[in-house]
Amino acid sequence: MRAIVTNGLTREFNGLTAVDHVDLQIEKGELFGLLGPNGAGKTTLIHMLCTILPPTEGTAKVAGFGIGKKPDSVRASIGIVFQDPSLDNRLTGKENLDFHGRVYGMSKTLREKRIDEVLKLVGLEDRANALVQTYSSGMRRRLEIARSFMHHPKIMFLDEPTLGLDPQTRRKIWEHIQMLNKQEKITILLTTHYMDEADYLCDRVGIIDHGRIIVLDKPKKLKDQLEGDIVSLEVPQPKKYADVFRERKYVKEVKIVGDYLYLTVTGGEKAVPKLIDIVARHGGKVRSVGCRSPTLEDVFIRYTGRGIREEEGGIKEQMRAHMRAHMR
Amino acid sequence: MSAQAIYVLWLRDMKWFLRAKARIISTIVMPFLWLAILGMGLGAVTQIPGVGNYIDFLAPGIVAMAILFNATMSGVSVLWDKQFGFMKEILVAPVSRISIMLGKTFGGTTTSIIQGVMLLLVAGLIGAKMPGPAGFLLALLFMIVLAIGFVGLGLAIASRIEDPVAFPLVINFLIMPLFFLSGAIFPISMAPEWLRSISYINPVTYGVDGLRGVIIGVSEFPIWLDLGILAIFSLAMVLLGAYLFKKMSA
Ligand SMILES: Nc1ncnc2c1ncn2[C@@H]1O[C@H](COP(=O)(O)OP(=O)(O)OP(=O)(O)O)[C@@H](O)[C@H]1O
Ligand SMILES: [Mg+2]
Repeated sequence: MRAIVTNGLTREFNGLTAVDHVDLQIEKGELFGLLGPNGAGKTTLIHMLCTILPPTEGTAKVAGFGIGKKPDSVRASIGIVFQDPSLDNRLTGKENLDFHGRVYGMSKTLREKRIDEVLKLVGLEDRANALVQTYSSGMRRRLEIARSFMHHPKIMFLDEPTLGLDPQTRRKIWEHIQMLNKQEKITILLTTHYMDEADYLCDRVGIIDHGRIIVLDKPKKLKDQLEGDIVSLEVPQPKKYADVFRERKYVKEVKIVGDYLYLTVTGGEKAVPKLIDIVARHGGKVRSVGCRSPTLEDVFIRYTGRGIREEEGGIKEQMRAHMRAHMR
Repeated sequence: MSAQAIYVLWLRDMKWFLRAKARIISTIVMPFLWLAILGMGLGAVTQIPGVGNYIDFLAPGIVAMAILFNATMSGVSVLWDKQFGFMKEILVAPVSRISIMLGKTFGGTTTSIIQGVMLLLVAGLIGAKMPGPAGFLLALLFMIVLAIGFVGLGLAIASRIEDPVAFPLVINFLIMPLFFLSGAIFPISMAPEWLRSISYINPVTYGVDGLRGVIIGVSEFPIWLDLGILAIFSLAMVLLGAYLFKKMSA
């Protein structure tokens, strides 16, 4: 029996199709990643699977139970970390966990033992009796993760578990996630728009855009599909050169994102001088060059024709916004 | 239905209540001012037939007022839970919506009654007539039934409104007229015909009248009738709240 199966699962919001006929099969024990840009429908899909949002079409089974027919059985089998905060800030960390243990029907002794265990696991035992109000956002996230598995769920949903956290905390949370998956044998469906996260953690990754899963495979397989290295050229008016590059045999693929040309090239490093030359011959000037092995981001660009963070204003803009925020 | 879930939701309301000292005081001060100012101010010029002092007449009405506002307002916790996302944690748990609704109802009822009793004691301190032990227990019963009904109403409204800031406005708009038309401040028997007819269909009238009956021994209707009508109203509100709650999403 599979952990999660969806059949044509669809959700519309006033004419907007947030999740569009998704067919998904997730095996028991798998760590599955949904990768997609803002508004792709990741959260909507998770909310349907955890029974707090009814689908407008299609069905799904979670842990063998229909989400519409047996929502209580589904709920008893799952644990979830929501994308948005879901703690009671006016209670202490421990009280939040105690609340959880009780609504999941855990006995007093079991609850107390388990609360200590999970607090230790996420390193919050020192702050357990402080109000959540006084926690940093990383601590809150860790508390939510601790809470999500304290009742021993069979399946866990993690919606952007590391969004907005510093690299050190992200690493820590990755370790917890791997531990849950490997040691506690919990099937995990996580969403993210961090490529490295999906790549590092997930057994399989589904790329989702506009509510549809466009491609789904092991991260390595996805990257291997690109057959080559990615050369990026920063040039003014990159469109001008696209066709020229497409004519070359060693250029497998050409994509334009902003001022950048992304070329999938066999033998990348050796090809770079040739590529710069071509631009020069057509009267252009290359401002910067990059060459690297393909990442999931490149896979994403290949299948969607744009960068994952384009809607957010591109990576550069993001960095600038970040800098501004910190300079203030 | 899960007793554990009902209990823990109730427990959470209690913790909040005890931690929000400022809230307890402010919700007591308002009705206290009503009691003190109206009681002294009108007391000097008002004589109600069959009642010793105006403040004796007024005190049960103000106790009802405190319960009315606190009970209905307790529904706002649902909106804050939605706002801060905690409602998702509650809704995704394997407990029925009815348990959630009942937990919230008992929580709101308990805090309302604590405030009602505190106000009754304060009224006694400033000279209002106090009931004996039996009267006190009966007053408690009336407070409970009244509170349950209005917590139910508050939860019903809360499940239809999104904005926690708009909620108190809606509640005030609704509760103020119910309070003024309940015979809390003046005896409805002396009011003009049209006003009296409105008061008869106002459930608060029976709460106030019943409380007055058991606290100072003066009432318009038989106490069992007050209690009966109030109980029917409260049951209806709880059912309405439960129905609307069931359809709520995070
Ligand atoms: N309650 C709602 N009402 C109307 N539209 C909604 C609602 N929830 C989501 N949407 C829309 O559905 C689409 C998918 O949203 P969703 O939150 O599932 O995206 P996401 O992949 O989780 O994005 P993000 O990475 O930003 O979290 C968006 O266009 C969003 O505006
Ligand atoms: Mg999301």
